[in-house]
Amino acid sequence: MTAHADASRQRIHDLLTTEEERVLQRWTALAKTSGEELRDIYQALRLAIGEGRDDLTDVRGLLAELSRERARQGHTPSDTARAVYGLKEAVYEAVESDGSADALRGFIWFSRLIDDLGLYTFEVYATARETIILDQAEQLLELSTPVVKLWEGIVAVPLIGTLDSARTQVVMEKLLQTLVETGSEHAVIDITGVPAVDTQVAQHLLKTVFAARLMGAECVISGIRPQIAHTIVTLGIEFGDIVTKASLADALAYALSRSGTEISTPRRTRIAVRTEEV
Amino acid sequence: MERVPILKLGDILIISIQVDLEDQSVLALQEDLADRVVSTGARGVIIDITAVEIVDSFIGRMLATIAAMSRMLDAETVVVGMRPAVAITLVELGLSLGGVRTALDLEKGVALLEHTRSTSR
Repeated sequence: MTAHADASRQRIHDLLTTEEERVLQRWTALAKTSGEELRDIYQALRLAIGEGRDDLTDVRGLLAELSRERARQGHTPSDTARAVYGLKEAVYEAVESDGSADALRGFIWFSRLIDDLGLYTFEVYATARETIILDQAEQLLELSTPVVKLWEGIVAVPLIGTLDSARTQVVMEKLLQTLVETGSEHAVIDITGVPAVDTQVAQHLLKTVFAARLMGAECVISGIRPQIAHTIVTLGIEFGDIVTKASLADALAYALSRSGTEISTPRRTRIAVRTEEV
Repeated sequence: MERVPILKLGDILIISIQVDLEDQSVLALQEDLADRVVSTGARGVIIDITAVEIVDSFIGRMLATIAAMSRMLDAETVVVGMRPAVAITLVELGLSLGGVRTALDLEKGVALLEHTRSTSR
């Protein structure tokens, strides 16, 4: 059996060597891609088969490159896999014209090998995608949690998007760190951009407020929209003695008055006066 | 056993915790503090935990006990300089340190004590 297998492997290798030009031409036509990359892959594959090696590291490396390159050009992973499978058809034509039993037996083995390689390009594609998604998620996390200084001693965190445990943890740590660094005694957590508040999100908010209190800072929660106020009351969430305001402006005014800064608004109605040169 | 020094500044007692506290030192500190509050007639106690990186429920309870004890002797307690990580841990442990006042740093703690005294008078 092993003798058979070796003989058929050898036969395929011979065919790949003698019929190289024909097979490559046919493959390029089937794969509809540039011949250069395919030639590199073809030669690496032929070498690996010739040396009887089972690890196809070189071929896999080249295929990974091909897969990435094609993904960048906007081809679907199926396209790439199909391009790889094109080699089977091209080789089959050579095997058919050879017609020996060894060659046919070898073709079955060769076909399985190509199947694996085709699947490998798919895997590479999926991994590349996953890396991009993970990177983006991380960037999003960084982007979406800025802590801004509103006034001397007042910082604000405008929260945007759905809050989950991981994000709240980041927000909490960043806010507390900023409180220490800037020596701020007031913090405004603005949830205008949070689409929904459930018991879990409320729990996270309360924890943040309590942690800030332990450090000696007061938190105001602002930007509670009417629907959210309704949800919170319906769910029976108790905010206790935490100060909540409808808008960020109200929260800022409250924090300013607590920190002893007074703002006086002139009573007169302001009008914009425009004079035109005649 | 290491004893935590108690410093006096005007009518405020300042305790700065610089080492990892053992249970025994905590008990000694509570006794020392009670003595000092009575002997100096202090009106405020500030506990500075800037250097404390790790807390457990025992430390949390110690802070609450000291606060309750001082209040009994008519002195207000302020815990200052708690690190973010410590605050998060205490909240996760479910300890809210009810009855203990907090401030960001020593300076703000002193200001807080002076403010409460001027308003209560």
